Amino acid sequence: MSARPATGLRAGTGHRRPAVGQYAGDRRRAWPYPRTTLGAAAAGAVAVPFLVPPYPLHQVTLVLVYVVALLGLDLVTGHGGLISLGHGAFFGVGAYTAAILLSSGAPYPVTLPAAGLVAYGLGHAFGRPAVRLSGLYLAVVTFAVAVAVPPLIRRLAPGGAMGLPVRTPGAPSFTGLDDDQWVYLLVLAVAAAAFTLMRSVIRSSLGRALVALRADAGAAELLGIHPSATRAHAFAWSAVYAGLAGCLFTWTTGFVAPESFTVTLSITLLAGIVIGGLGTVSGAVIGAVVVTFLPAPGLVSGLALVLVLAVAPHGVTGLVRRAPAFLGRRRP
Amino acid sequence: MIGQIVHGLGTGAVYAALALALVLVHRFTGVVNFAQGELAMVSAYVAWQLVEAGLSYWAALPLTMAVAFAAGALAQRVVMRWAGDAALIMTIGLYVLVHALAAQIWTSALRTFPNPFPGGPLGVAGPLAVVAAVLALLYLVIRHSGAGLTLRAVAADPRAARLAGIRVGRVHALGWGLAAVAGAVSGVLVAPVVFLEPGMMGNALVSALAAAAAGGFVHPVAAVAGGLLIGVAETLAGTYLWADLRVVVPLAVLLALPAVRSGGLARVRA
Repeated sequence: MSARPATGLRAGTGHRRPAVGQYAGDRRRAWPYPRTTLGAAAAGAVAVPFLVPPYPLHQVTLVLVYVVALLGLDLVTGHGGLISLGHGAFFGVGAYTAAILLSSGAPYPVTLPAAGLVAYGLGHAFGRPAVRLSGLYLAVVTFAVAVAVPPLIRRLAPGGAMGLPVRTPGAPSFTGLDDDQWVYLLVLAVAAAAFTLMRSVIRSSLGRALVALRADAGAAELLGIHPSATRAHAFAWSAVYAGLAGCLFTWTTGFVAPESFTVTLSITLLAGIVIGGLGTVSGAVIGAVVVTFLPAPGLVSGLALVLVLAVAPHGVTGLVRRAPAFLGRRRP
Repeated sequence: MIGQIVHGLGTGAVYAALALALVLVHRFTGVVNFAQGELAMVSAYVAWQLVEAGLSYWAALPLTMAVAFAAGALAQRVVMRWAGDAALIMTIGLYVLVHALAAQIWTSALRTFPNPFPGGPLGVAGPLAVVAAVLALLYLVIRHSGAGLTLRAVAADPRAARLAGIRVGRVHALGWGLAAVAGAVSGVLVAPVVFLEPGMMGNALVSALAAAAAGGFVHPVAAVAGGLLIGVAETLAGTYLWADLRVVVPLAVLLALPAVRSGGLARVRA
């Protein structure tokens, strides 16, 4: 274990941003009507497929898919302070698990737990050795995973470099829905369940241990928290979310190819959660919108990532949260 | 078999130079630079542009090194100084930015790069000699120059160095510049082997990360040795076992390292 305490002081310049608001322990609610908002958002989300034409609906579905992936990444990166560059690979493995099962004739409800299980196993296999050393080592190992997985998929998975088209879940006839509306509602249900589960994971002993480790690893260890076991668990959970999101991706697009799950996807996911805002649910949602509509990492997303890190380290969510204080200051 | 090992050493020289750059940045500024490969790629493009403009290879080389030094120092001064606690994610932002800029300027067309070394097994001695020269040069600069002394002081304790009157920010820029020079060597070495294109350093970066991890991101000589070994292992695995196994070698090294030598790695800072 490193003896260096995790203060905000980096090796180097000694500049330190003062903690403000929530980050300084302010427990007042940032937004006073959480239940009303949640209810309105849920009602709006259910109404979307009946109001929106098919192609925009497809994009909204993809946003929900990426919300699930980013909720998982946020557990490790936002709450744990560890960096994963391998979530694109877990996403791809989940997507391919679902696609292979679907093409071999399995019913689609089976593919979701299967994708989660495979991702869980891989998350443990890669996470366990990687988190034993330091947060940095996890970033390096997961980067290597992200680079190694697409060629392996190309070689081993059916379809090879050409990819694998599969059937998407069809709506049961009694519902009277179109297939894309049905897929949207399925993805919405999974995303809602994933969101609820993640809230309890973050509030569980695992989530609190993770945050404690991030704040001060030495003190957390004295309290009986096992650093590498906690981090490995959190990483495996986070990989499960990426795998589930991959499965939902297969349901949504009906096509998987190795080129969709390269290291580019991992970087895009990380950029999304950083731009959205680490450690917050709204950060995952904003990040998912960013991931969906800013497809390949390019000049725009590179600049956005660098600027956000330099100017607004808590992302768009942090900016929005600071806005009332900022505007209030201007008032006489 | 011997031929494959020699060929692997040539590849390993590329990884060794890039791993050396990673170790330098980590030692002097405490961050693993994921953008190192992209900076090296830009250096290779600069060398190519100079050769295209009519310079000879050996005249273009020192100019490229100077440009690489400036680019590395500039990246530190313009981008990295604002990173705060998120230095690692910032290097990924830099990676995306540099990659996109290179794709804008030079497009993603494949280009050929002149190879200054003769073909055949003897040609491998060239890259190895270059890497050895860079290692020796860096050793001299870091151990026996005033700038090297300030570098080591900042690496040992940035706050104490600042209190002693050292301009820590400038020294960080110097560290990034020196690392970029080592990275540029890897870029120029790899460019004749693979085609010149914006994505050419992707796989080399992973192998170099594994090599640098073998030295705990602090030991330059271990990183160079690791780079050569990984180069040989990748070539042998790719030739005799299975072509796609190449990409798995660095991953296997990274997963095995914590069990083998956690002592040297425990010093790695986040």
